[in-house]
Amino acid sequence: MAEFFTTTYLGIGLTIVGQVFLIVIPLLVCLAFLMYADRKVWAAVQMRRGPNVVGIYGLLQSFADFIKYIVKEVVFPAGADRTVFLLAPMITLVLSLIAWAVIPFNEGWILSDINVAILYIFAISSLEVYGVIMGGWASNSKYPFLGSLRSAAQMISYEVSIGLIIIGVIISTGSMNLSDIVRAQDGAYGIFNWYWLPHLPMLFLFFVSALAETNRPPFDLPEAESELVAGYQVEYSSTPFLLFMIGELVAVVLMCALVSLLFFGGWLSPIPWLPDGFLWMFVKMLFVFFMFAMVKAITPRYRYDQLMRLGWKVFLPMSLGWVFFVAFAAKFQWFGGVFARWTVGG
Amino acid sequence: MITFAFYLFALSAITGGLFTVISRNPVHSVLWLILAFLSSAGLFVLLGAEFVAMLLIIVYVGAVMVLFLFVVMMLDVDFAELKAEMAKYLPLGMLVGLVILMQLAMAYGAWDANSGAEARLQAAVPEGMHNTEALGMILYDQYFLLFQLAGLILLVAMVGAILLTLRHRQDIRRQNVLEQIYRDPADAMKLKDVKPGQGL
Repeated sequence: MAEFFTTTYLGIGLTIVGQVFLIVIPLLVCLAFLMYADRKVWAAVQMRRGPNVVGIYGLLQSFADFIKYIVKEVVFPAGADRTVFLLAPMITLVLSLIAWAVIPFNEGWILSDINVAILYIFAISSLEVYGVIMGGWASNSKYPFLGSLRSAAQMISYEVSIGLIIIGVIISTGSMNLSDIVRAQDGAYGIFNWYWLPHLPMLFLFFVSALAETNRPPFDLPEAESELVAGYQVEYSSTPFLLFMIGELVAVVLMCALVSLLFFGGWLSPIPWLPDGFLWMFVKMLFVFFMFAMVKAITPRYRYDQLMRLGWKVFLPMSLGWVFFVAFAAKFQWFGGVFARWTVGG
Repeated sequence: MITFAFYLFALSAITGGLFTVISRNPVHSVLWLILAFLSSAGLFVLLGAEFVAMLLIIVYVGAVMVLFLFVVMMLDVDFAELKAEMAKYLPLGMLVGLVILMQLAMAYGAWDANSGAEARLQAAVPEGMHNTEALGMILYDQYFLLFQLAGLILLVAMVGAILLTLRHRQDIRRQNVLEQIYRDPADAMKLKDVKPGQGL
């Protein structure tokens, strides 16, 4: 039986499909509860109760919402480009899901351990803008179109600083493999070995850029409800809208995973004598997600010109300068070599 | 399995390229072009050049094509007229294509492969090295000066483009963001206790 799964094409194919389901299904179930957690945090900050009717403490609210979305009618706006209109939410969801193929959850718990994992994630997240642009254009309507134009400019601007921040981490590690990046943060001092300490300024920059990249408040200008009603999502209803929403949230959770892996040591334990494991990764992701939810609750939306200014005139020079700094610190072993987790000259 | 993947990517690249040309709507053309780029990235992965594949996606699909789409979306083009234009230039375009095809065929026929070429094709990357490292060694070690010069040329082009389009207009009111950020609430706001039904 074991031979069937390792030698024949059909067996290997089935194994891969099984592995994919092993990641996607728990992810989507977690997502339902994260959506609930997001709303609960938001409600708690505003001293409301939040969802509390469906299930105990409203725990099943997201599932009720899913069913509601699915059974409603799909409405096509007049003059819409139907193919692109339906393609856009699918692209958003598929792109946000396939990035999880290279995320390591534990030592060896990874679907595809490729050498250019971090570049792969960067490439996928740079493609995510297409779902928004296509959705906005295909709706054949003013507000969605304006929303998609905004998001195109916004996501490109913040990708630049995300890329430069990632380069700093790559220089420190000497590898683009995500598992290697986590392993490089292992050491005798537990939490103080992780990259958040040497790369502290970049942790904040990465977090803010991740907010902008995933269109989360305070950078949710593509769907700013006060100006654009709901931006590129205006004309969407029923399942396509659900796909957009899930896709966006999966992208947010992916950013949480990325922050945990790049700066908080992934599955490593913060206290040296405790065992490493998947649970740490989970806790770290939850913590970062909580930060995302808090930012959503406590910050007002940015003005568009300030968003652009922040991206190009503040974040870009800062992250570029940091790349220079890390390169020198790694090469000349400054600060006891915390910036170079590889042997110099090797 | 690899053969199957090759034909899949090759076919979708050709389909993407074909529909880029014959598609009526320019936005659809750009989307097909994106498909062509993604398929070529897949072909690079099959060749073992995963770094180049990722760069192709990040640079071309993630940045260049977004700006393309950005511009094309805002164009107000009469598609019928565009099609008539295409019919007019079709013979010329086909002629150019034919000439290039013939040149390629001739080059292929006259091409005498070096005896070591076959072995090099098998191992595009030195033994025991990722292709990212191999590319890095070539770009930043062997051809360091040329790489820097290429960057300098790009910088000059960028400065030139900015200089050509930069106009300092005097007749508009500019926003000074620093001034806005450092504004003191005490100067900017006045709290008044308004009695109901009276107003200010």
